[in-house]
Amino acid sequence: MGEQLERSCDVAVVGGGNAGLCAAIEARKAGASVLLLDSAPRPMRGGNSRHTRNLRAMHCEPTGVLTGSYDEEEYWRDLLRVTDGDTDEGLARLTIRGTVDALSFMSRNGVLLQPALSGTLSLARTNAFFLGGGKALVNAYYSSATRSGIDVAYDSEVVALHLDGLDVQRLDIVQGERQESIFPKAVVVASGGYQANIEWLKQAWGPRAENFIVRGTPYANGRVLRNLLDQGIASVGDPTQCHAVAIDARSPKFDGGIVTRIDCIPFAVVVDKMGRRFYDEGEDIWPKRYAIWGRLVAMQADQLAFAIIDSKARELFMPTAYPAIRADTIDELAQKLGLPEGNLAQTIAAYNAAVRPGRFDSSDLDECATEGLDPPKTHWARAIDTTPFFGYPLRPGITFTYLGVKVDESARVYLQSGRGVRNLFAAGEIMAGSILGKGYLAGFGMAIGTVFGRIAGREAARHVLS
Amino acid sequence: MSSADPIEAVLRKAPLTGCQLREARHADAYVEARRAMEICNACRYCEGFCAVFPAMTRRRDFADADLNYLANLCHGCRACFYSCQYAPPHEFGINVPKVFAEVRLRSYEQYCWPKPLGRLFRRNGSIVASAMAAGTIVSVLLALWLIDGAVLFQPARHPGAFYAIVPYWIMMSLAGAASLFALTSVTIGAMAFWRDVAGRQQVHARSVRAAMYDALSLRNLDGGAGQGCNDRDESYSKARRYFHHAMFYGFALCFAATCVATVYDHILGRKAPYDFWSIPVQLGLWGGIGLLVGTSGLAWVKVRGDPTPTSASAAGSDNALLILLALTALTGLLLLALRGTAAAGILLAVHLGNVVTLFIAIPYSKMIHGIYRSAALLYSALESDSETRRSSPGYAVPTSRDARLALPRQSPPSE
Repeated sequence: MGEQLERSCDVAVVGGGNAGLCAAIEARKAGASVLLLDSAPRPMRGGNSRHTRNLRAMHCEPTGVLTGSYDEEEYWRDLLRVTDGDTDEGLARLTIRGTVDALSFMSRNGVLLQPALSGTLSLARTNAFFLGGGKALVNAYYSSATRSGIDVAYDSEVVALHLDGLDVQRLDIVQGERQESIFPKAVVVASGGYQANIEWLKQAWGPRAENFIVRGTPYANGRVLRNLLDQGIASVGDPTQCHAVAIDARSPKFDGGIVTRIDCIPFAVVVDKMGRRFYDEGEDIWPKRYAIWGRLVAMQADQLAFAIIDSKARELFMPTAYPAIRADTIDELAQKLGLPEGNLAQTIAAYNAAVRPGRFDSSDLDECATEGLDPPKTHWARAIDTTPFFGYPLRPGITFTYLGVKVDESARVYLQSGRGVRNLFAAGEIMAGSILGKGYLAGFGMAIGTVFGRIAGREAARHVLS
Repeated sequence: MSSADPIEAVLRKAPLTGCQLREARHADAYVEARRAMEICNACRYCEGFCAVFPAMTRRRDFADADLNYLANLCHGCRACFYSCQYAPPHEFGINVPKVFAEVRLRSYEQYCWPKPLGRLFRRNGSIVASAMAAGTIVSVLLALWLIDGAVLFQPARHPGAFYAIVPYWIMMSLAGAASLFALTSVTIGAMAFWRDVAGRQQVHARSVRAAMYDALSLRNLDGGAGQGCNDRDESYSKARRYFHHAMFYGFALCFAATCVATVYDHILGRKAPYDFWSIPVQLGLWGGIGLLVGTSGLAWVKVRGDPTPTSASAAGSDNALLILLALTALTGLLLLALRGTAAAGILLAVHLGNVVTLFIAIPYSKMIHGIYRSAALLYSALESDSETRRSSPGYAVPTSRDARLALPRQSPPSE
């Protein structure tokens, strides 16, 4: 619990993740007094940025941490591809160009980047990796923020912003038992999406949302977003969509992060809780398919599925945090996984019989496919016949939601009436839906957060000081 | 929540063996270290900090020997702790520096020879160290008293004067026996460690050079980008690395002083004490200062640092060594300063007692970490060397024990 908050400050930043920190640092640098409010306690500060690892950065020539070049057009084409055009070209290009300067901003504020290393080589050209990951980045920004004189309040949740005409007049803040109000001259909201709010997710997904696992921070409850939308702020992004992957069903309800993901699906047979297959596990290479499996598992009974592999596949994918469940026979595995007796053995037998010989290549589309099986497995289909057998229980893991507030190129938030709110700016996940309406591009969330965080901070300070 | 029941059923039917994430963190250091490594290996965000994480990614399973290797490769810089999204209060509660400190202690005990003394040291490092120091000092004093009480309070100004206080044969047999014992014990321990960790791995000169550079420069304390380590909290600092250098190179200078003095004595026939500007005295003087600065600096780093990523059980032997080294340096410097006075005899006995204790304690104190750390660095150099060669064209995939090193690195989609 912090002491009494300063009742007035130039700029209040709501949310202490990457976007909020970038906004606070820029606003302070421009000369404004800044209060940064994070609803999490100090050890859990940083929102979902704690779970990130890299930032996709445009560059014209090799840098210390990026190989080759990655120009605006290629970046833009990559974004168009993953979003199917569901983006705003102006804001997207602004973000892309903004990443050129983002790396030096990060360095100036103590964020360390690592030279391209193992396991991530395919991204060494396009993405800069934070040494130690997102929590190290968050730590660096907090210490830079504190050094520059920004006030940081943890355990401080903003529950309401009071809009009066075209201005935010007041913020209501809850700190544990205590409630108080502050009157900043400008506000930056960087409070994330609502993926940790199961009740809200149920509006689009129904009761099945109960079984979703939230991969990120439990503090992303969308309270600020809801409050703004209820006051007539314009929204962007599909309210029914979220980014979801198949993760280990044994993961914690919140905050399991990167280690909960199961990458064996291309080499597995995936069954529902009745032991029946439901989708082509080998449709395409994994980086292009991992994001559809959250939704696929969500559509199964009890939002539960099981990936079954044999010993041949054991070392073809990233190690898992939870050990695989292991058995010497398929029936024993079915019993251990709680699948109906006989069904799994039947499914595996039918699958094995449909497997046709071909060239196997774990790293690319190969020739191993089934014949006469419904649904087919079109790549990496090899018989599951080598003991011991392994199984992983799967559940949908929500990464983030797409619904957000509408902003312009100065990060200003707009009303449904089409008028901009004079002193309200947004950055990060809460406005990312404008740029990323669908799909995901590795390291692009951090790009949006950093670029728009900096813009929002500068604009908020300019509003206050002009 | 009733809808989560199928998973509870799975958990009940297939009790997890290696990695019991949902249960209380395990008291056994090896079980806990294995759990941590399995989670870390699915994350790998820390791969840029030091040699531990790249070595981890070369494995999928972590036998006790692997954990001994990784724990001894760990320099305890704590960067991975402050960067960890799974550190407490997260329910995974990952604390790699702490659990590795505990595994290291267990590994020292496991490989040391003779074993009974090792167990004694693990339980109460500081008590044993002080008892040993006191015991040695008393026995030296006693020996002197029996020989000739009067010489004890004579100033030691002239060549051969030290031998008048502590007779040549006592000094030589004490020093000889202590170093012979230390050498034997350390060799047996190091061989056992190497057998367990590396098997019959062939050693190449270039890997030895790489490992020596890593050990002598403490490269793994540079944090991967030269920022240093987390001595105190989330912020980075180079204090620990520099103080360790002062201590280590101070010790090396003192050792060199002893070697030069031995040559003077046995080959050149020049008897101690030597002139202030002589090589042995100068080496000892600067070495002693380095030791004092290094040990007190390290103690200061320890006191003001956050204790969360450290192991309380390792603190005893850590402190014992720091105190013993500081005392040895202090008594040596005092002896130099006061050798012309009546205190010379007592100081010489106390200093000798300290030195002998230090030598006897090498195999059972924190001192041994240097041996296992160097061996682990060597194996790490061999591993990454064979990896580099594998990725170059024309290199045949190695067989047998080496085969596990051939594990392909996976490229998961990054988010």
